[in-house]
Amino acid sequence: MSPIDFVTAGLMFLGAFFGMIAGVGIVRMPDLYMRMQSATKAGTLGILCIVLAAATHFQTADVVIKASLTLLFLGGTAPIASHLIARAAYDSGVELWSKTRDDRGSTGRPAVHEAVDEGAEAEGSGDSGTKA
Amino acid sequence: MIPEGGDPGHWLFIITSSVLALGVAASLVRLVQGPTLADRVVALDLIGFLLLGVLAAFSIVTQRPSVLFVVVVAALILFLGTAAFAIYLDRRWKQ
Repeated sequence: MSPIDFVTAGLMFLGAFFGMIAGVGIVRMPDLYMRMQSATKAGTLGILCIVLAAATHFQTADVVIKASLTLLFLGGTAPIASHLIARAAYDSGVELWSKTRDDRGSTGRPAVHEAVDEGAEAEGSGDSGTKA
Repeated sequence: MIPEGGDPGHWLFIITSSVLALGVAASLVRLVQGPTLADRVVALDLIGFLLLGVLAAFSIVTQRPSVLFVVVVAALILFLGTAAFAIYLDRRWKQ
């Protein structure tokens, strides 16, 4: 019952707690995009805490290498996967939450769908808007 | 605190995995009732993440560091699966 065991147990509980928070978020959030940020951020943080707990528990070189590989892969690939799904869903027309405030256009840029439809002309007018 | 031989019935593993199982149950709800396919893909992604957490906790409590190899490889395959679903969603929209 060394002090490092308390660190391990605390990290495991923290990771499990974040995993549960991710589950709560994915049920309670009103909108695909909000659900996605809950699942990706809280879920990744939960796994990273538990893997870190493994590294503090075993404290051997191979476990620390495996833990940092997991940290690297998960931290690098989870945002990419989330971005891919969000882009595909937005393009295929998944609705935003009804209370989401749409401020596209107030920044001088054309709205995303207009830019896709009108092509180079919309891009040009957006550029002149930001210069002026 | 954690016995030398390794015991999957240890209270540390029981608590951690049941709290993670609450998250899995919540994302199963979203998997069943998700209005769009993208919601279901996100729910499956989260279930995969939480099961990785259960595996890592299992490797700690049973004192088997080689189980962490499974965590590394499963993390990579999880990403491949999600990316493949995203490409499928994209293609389905373009047709």
